[in-house]
Amino acid sequence: MEIYRAHVLVCKGTGCTASGSENVMDAFQKEIDKRGLSKEVRVVQTGCLGLCELGPNVLIYPEGSYYCRVKAEDIPEIVEEHLVKGRIVERLLYKEHLTEERLRALTDIDFYKKQKRIALRNCGLINPEVIEEYIANDGYKALAKALTQMTPQEVIDEVKKSGLRGRGGGGFPTGNKWQFAANAKGDIKYVVCNADEGDPGAFMDRSVLEGDPHSVLEAMEIAGYAIGASEGYIYVRAEYPIAVKRLEIAINQAREHGLLGKNILGTGFNFDIFLRLGSGAFVCGEETALLASIEGRRGEPRPRPPFPANEGLWGKPTIINNVETYANIPEIILKGADWFASIGTEKSKGTKVFAVGGKINNTGLVEIPMGTTLREVIYEIGGGIPNGKKFKAVQTGGPSGGCIPAALLDMPIEYDTLVQAGSMMGSGGMIVMDEDNCMVDIAKFFLTFTQDESCGKCPPCRIGTKRMLEILERITNGEGKEGDIELLENLAKSIKASALCGLGQTAPNPVLSTIRYFRDEYEAHIKEKRCPAGACKALIHYEVVADKCRGCGLCVKVCPTGAISGERKQPHVIDQDKCIKCNSCFDRCPFGAITKA
Amino acid sequence: MAVIKSIEELEKIREQAKDLINLRKDNETKTRVVVGMATCGIAAGARQTMLAILDELKKRNVENVIVTETGCIGLCKFEPLVDVIKPDQPKVTYVNVNEEKARQIVVKHIINNQIIDDWVIPNI
Repeated sequence: MEIYRAHVLVCKGTGCTASGSENVMDAFQKEIDKRGLSKEVRVVQTGCLGLCELGPNVLIYPEGSYYCRVKAEDIPEIVEEHLVKGRIVERLLYKEHLTEERLRALTDIDFYKKQKRIALRNCGLINPEVIEEYIANDGYKALAKALTQMTPQEVIDEVKKSGLRGRGGGGFPTGNKWQFAANAKGDIKYVVCNADEGDPGAFMDRSVLEGDPHSVLEAMEIAGYAIGASEGYIYVRAEYPIAVKRLEIAINQAREHGLLGKNILGTGFNFDIFLRLGSGAFVCGEETALLASIEGRRGEPRPRPPFPANEGLWGKPTIINNVETYANIPEIILKGADWFASIGTEKSKGTKVFAVGGKINNTGLVEIPMGTTLREVIYEIGGGIPNGKKFKAVQTGGPSGGCIPAALLDMPIEYDTLVQAGSMMGSGGMIVMDEDNCMVDIAKFFLTFTQDESCGKCPPCRIGTKRMLEILERITNGEGKEGDIELLENLAKSIKASALCGLGQTAPNPVLSTIRYFRDEYEAHIKEKRCPAGACKALIHYEVVADKCRGCGLCVKVCPTGAISGERKQPHVIDQDKCIKCNSCFDRCPFGAITKA
Repeated sequence: MAVIKSIEELEKIREQAKDLINLRKDNETKTRVVVGMATCGIAAGARQTMLAILDELKKRNVENVIVTETGCIGLCKFEPLVDVIKPDQPKVTYVNVNEEKARQIVVKHIINNQIIDDWVIPNI
């Protein structure tokens, strides 16, 4: 095997691909070939490195230099300076938000220092399309250990002892789930992977599938051995084309190497995995709807019990786990339950991957030990709020979760503390909001989403969320009435109590949590017809303060509807009928002469 | 590639594949070989020196060595300069390293831990 003195890792996750990493990788290969370095320097594609905001990201080893926002034009300089002369190209290095310091190595960056990568252990380290790289980093070692040194019950006991809980939403103990399916009677059983990640702004599972598909395959095989199944299905959304492609490659490679199929590793164990593509319905992330969809039926949930562990896919005992849950399994089997249980808190073990987005500097993917505080994630890892704005709230758990206000920033992140705060862990979306976000508007956004995605099978969800949405629309249009808040709370409680599946039961959470922490904002909308954050267009209007206006005419130039007029060097006026409240004049005015109220 | 029929075969493949990702892990614990690759170094033949080092490491199947480059350190007349830095040991700088010397440095210093005093930078 060739020895290379340097590896150039180019992130080919969805984020970096969208910002052009394909071109960057081609440019590297061409430049390296041109300079005759192809026997010394290897160009490798990897999965998500985490800092999607700064893509395309490039990592050069052995130095571990982390280059951000690399463009194809930069490549000749990087090759000449870094790879030929050994001089790091400072101007492209990652820059810390607070200190503005350019950092030379990945390991020095605050964003990575507080992270602990278990589920993402291979993301950004290996080439996800080369099975040998996965094997080189202890891939399929856990499977070999389980098949030869452990009984199925020992595997289940190890998972139970580790304290691993489902990473897809509810947080049910994974080992118990496996035990139920193992105990269920029947000669045919199934292992299913839920890769139907539907929360707006969430991309944890996609990144694992794109960066380390084999870890999910290996874990599903271990699960199959534990419960006595010989077939597995991965239900992944068709909107994830890169993830689907890498899964297909991984499954084919595993089959070619005999790591899927008959008599795996000569142990007599048989297991194969098949892909099923979902069409992007949010409700198909609910386990019973997901199973219906795999069977080729309409993706609608059904009442439980019977639980899938007893009657799942085609009526057979089935376990369904989320992608990230599976990604933890090989490490638990290899390093042991005690190691895993030593990370995190008493009731929430291990780590959790979060997709951090919204009003935050380091948009991207982070994996932190349970018990890390929200403040650490948002300020130390996330680099704080852009443009010096004030933090207002963070939404965890996507449309099923809730908003957590600034007062609770020092709360440790755990399944139970989040539920107490009126939110939930969910699958790991984390949307940060600043002072410009109106909380009523946010609640409306999430409810619009769940309303849209409601499958319509049960009336509480189909009709109840519709009524709630109508009330929210009224409030944000300035037509709110006394008693609307109480009505919302009442409706929310009935929906939570009576909806058929998790989607309906959790749909009111964003409304309830925003009422709980930001009731004054609701009241301002209803009683004073005022939006304190200045986000609800029906409740704001723009005016020129005559004393401050110098008549420079900049606002006239940016106004898209020609609503502003006035003589030069004289105070201007805004025609309220023409104004579409786009905020352009407010942003542009150099004298602060435009007010928003 | 062929079907992996046993755990032993899987381990064999793992052993062979280790080099694929070795360079991306635990670099702080490895021996570093630094070749001066500024204009002066390249003019004096540093590229051949470096290629010889890489070739020798490959031939002898040496793991846990990083080969990297650096700019001019100001001693242009001694180029090509090669530093060998073993973990927890002081840096050793060799001067006028041609291909033949480079290969011997790999064998004597990197593999057998014997510093070749004659080629070490003189006290000037």
